[in-house]
Amino acid sequence: MTVTETKPAAAPTVVETPAAAAPSRGARFTGAAANYIDERTSISGLVKELGRKVFPDHWSFMLGEVALYSFVVILLSGTFLTFFYQPSMVEVVYDGSYVPLKGMQMSAAFSSTMHLSFDVRGGLLFRQIHHWAALLFIAAIGLHMLRVFFTGAFRKPREINWFIGFILFVLAMAEGFTGYSLPDDLLSGNGLQIINGIIKGIPVIGTWTSYLLFGGEFPGTTVIAMFYSIHILLLPAILVAALGAHLLLMIINKHTQFAGPGRTNDNVVGVPIMPLFAAKAGGFFFVVFGVIVLIASFFTINPIWTYGPYDPSPVSAGTQPDWYIGFADGMLRLIPPGWEVVWFNNTYSFNIIVITVILIAFLGLVAAYPFIEAWITGDKREHHIAERPRNAPTRTAIGAAGVTFYAVLWAAASSDLMSTHFKVTIEGVIHTLQVLFFLGPVLAFFITKRICLGLQKKDREIALHGFESGRIVRLPGGEYVEVHEQLDDYERWRLVSYNEYTPLTIRPDADGRISGAQRTRAALSHWFFEDRISPATKTDVERSNQH
Amino acid sequence: MTVTKGIRDTLSMTRNSKSTRIGKTSRRGRRHPLATIALVTIGLLSTGGAYALFSSTASAETSSVNTQASVDEGKKLFSSNCATCHGLNLQGVDNVGPSLYGVGAASVSFQVGTGRMPLANQGPQAEKKAVQFTEEQVSSLALYVASLSPGPAIPSAEYLGANGNASTGAELFRVNCAMCHNVAGAGGALTQGKWAPALAGVLPVHIYEAMVTGPQSMPVFNDTNLTPTQKADIITYLKYLDKNPSPGGFDLGAVGPVSEGLFIWIFGLGAIVAVTIWIAAKAN
Repeated sequence: MTVTETKPAAAPTVVETPAAAAPSRGARFTGAAANYIDERTSISGLVKELGRKVFPDHWSFMLGEVALYSFVVILLSGTFLTFFYQPSMVEVVYDGSYVPLKGMQMSAAFSSTMHLSFDVRGGLLFRQIHHWAALLFIAAIGLHMLRVFFTGAFRKPREINWFIGFILFVLAMAEGFTGYSLPDDLLSGNGLQIINGIIKGIPVIGTWTSYLLFGGEFPGTTVIAMFYSIHILLLPAILVAALGAHLLLMIINKHTQFAGPGRTNDNVVGVPIMPLFAAKAGGFFFVVFGVIVLIASFFTINPIWTYGPYDPSPVSAGTQPDWYIGFADGMLRLIPPGWEVVWFNNTYSFNIIVITVILIAFLGLVAAYPFIEAWITGDKREHHIAERPRNAPTRTAIGAAGVTFYAVLWAAASSDLMSTHFKVTIEGVIHTLQVLFFLGPVLAFFITKRICLGLQKKDREIALHGFESGRIVRLPGGEYVEVHEQLDDYERWRLVSYNEYTPLTIRPDADGRISGAQRTRAALSHWFFEDRISPATKTDVERSNQH
Repeated sequence: MTVTKGIRDTLSMTRNSKSTRIGKTSRRGRRHPLATIALVTIGLLSTGGAYALFSSTASAETSSVNTQASVDEGKKLFSSNCATCHGLNLQGVDNVGPSLYGVGAASVSFQVGTGRMPLANQGPQAEKKAVQFTEEQVSSLALYVASLSPGPAIPSAEYLGANGNASTGAELFRVNCAMCHNVAGAGGALTQGKWAPALAGVLPVHIYEAMVTGPQSMPVFNDTNLTPTQKADIITYLKYLDKNPSPGGFDLGAVGPVSEGLFIWIFGLGAIVAVTIWIAAKAN
């Protein structure tokens, strides 16, 4: 069922098979209906073009699909929630069925969320589906991004699509955060309070921005209604548009594939959308939906009934944001105390400013990475073969450093829980993570790079000399040797088919000058490709076979 | 449980009768006129048991129905189990154990009744462990310590029935307790290796006693801070949480979004990645 699609799209040839036997009634009806629609919409061209699109088969290529499907689940469950939710901060008295909140004053937003959780049939299930799906959505996006990064699938011509994907990731986080705030419970109110603090920490404009956002002094009476509009109208609209562009570009650029026999930079080998891929994908949608519903049925998420309505005075132990904001919260926990400076009667909170700058710089690097790498390597070719991570040691090492950096911040967000659950002091946890914040990424970089180079060496060795078969043979002279089994050509192909890069050399420009940018680029390129293992060439293989 | 309750009733009876007749100065059980009569009738019966207690604390199973006897029993228990660190007369030992003047029966009942005392080892905080004494022994100790120096008494049963207002209790809990113990009573971290313990399954009497005595890092919530009725409301809320599991399903430790995030990454995404591998696997 594997189909090869050639890059320069071959002229579609329509093959008509004349009906040998008279078609059944059902087939006649389908044919007539299809014809009716086609005559009025000319949709057959689109179906023909799209239906023949070929998708390569690899498990890691389905992670983006997981994100897409959880987004669909979010849209469906979210629509249900809007029927019952009231985005208002008007004070009401709760009179629903949850006993420990009866008679409490709370906002209409919280009260309606309680109502939909306890007094609407299936309401709690839908709320849990929505929230779990949101966590899965962003987790799947994260894993999908890591897959694209580590296989180099962001290289030309896909840099723009990486950027759009990054925008989707940020939008998803924004969606998550606004949604997390909507129930107006104690936990989400604490989250808003932290955001308020961060905004107020921005010099000059901070305080006024906070007043603008909350319609006066925090918490105000308007923020929930505003977040609701942002959450259900503005962000989803942008998200759907960006998602459309993301998918369209993916179709235009075609999907990457791993190297293999018959798989080249100029073709795509896989299954066509119609019918096999569509069937698999449709089934997979229901699998994702099913997993989310199962989790939502059995596991509590965001128990707002224990958090209670928002009140600016209490803060619960173990207050954390949802996982995707955790890295920002962790950064706040890691910053040392006392970084405030007073200049000319104004306090500058560097403990906030530094955090904001570092986080924005980190996200900026993630967004711009394809462009940075393209500039460093000077590679202008198109790449449709997904690289094995080991074959790009420096990139993989950079990725590992980035993951470590994120992981340290992420872990810091749960420093108190690590302290209680592993019986260590919270100061110990924080100080360890502060050290790891600097040391972790560096260590991860060097260790990963060495591992990649080691794996490449092993690949080269196996490609040239085969693998150890475990069979010991005694030669006539009495010598014992282990027989090395040669790989067959198909297996060897995976090991030797990758590009070798060399550092850029500095070349003077038209005026005979060497600019500073040139030097930087050459230095970076040198750093990038300095350590490398060449793939075994055809001659190498042939020569080793003669032994 | 019933025996402790009996003692508590006796205690409150004696306390009430005293305060009406003699006044504040004669709070201590041993000065009560009835106590002397009771001592005469019971003293002989309990002598043998008291002797056995003196030689071995673990095997004692005396049924004490009398305050004075309990105090004596408590004194013996105290001398052999607590005095090393707290001093024979509750005065404390420098750098070893604090003085127990004014801690009251409530404190003893909490610390010993939850197994925190006698201390297993020096650490940032006394850890909960298996209770080392029977309930009668705990109340004897409590009576003895309270007899030397007054302090918060063991709360009366009317506040411990978990029949107050859960809604008020929940709000009071969020405002006063949740910053350390977490809104769901799941516990939380404090500085320097100390922690606020989880509150699931703690006996109402111990919750009340913790509030009035403020063990370890915990602040004292006296009766002007939180009235006994309000304390009863908090107990009602905590018992409500104990009795009613989360309506949303398994609560994943009730520690908030961290466990939810870990769960979705490990089990949610893990399950789905397993499915993708299965789908993409070549049919051999």
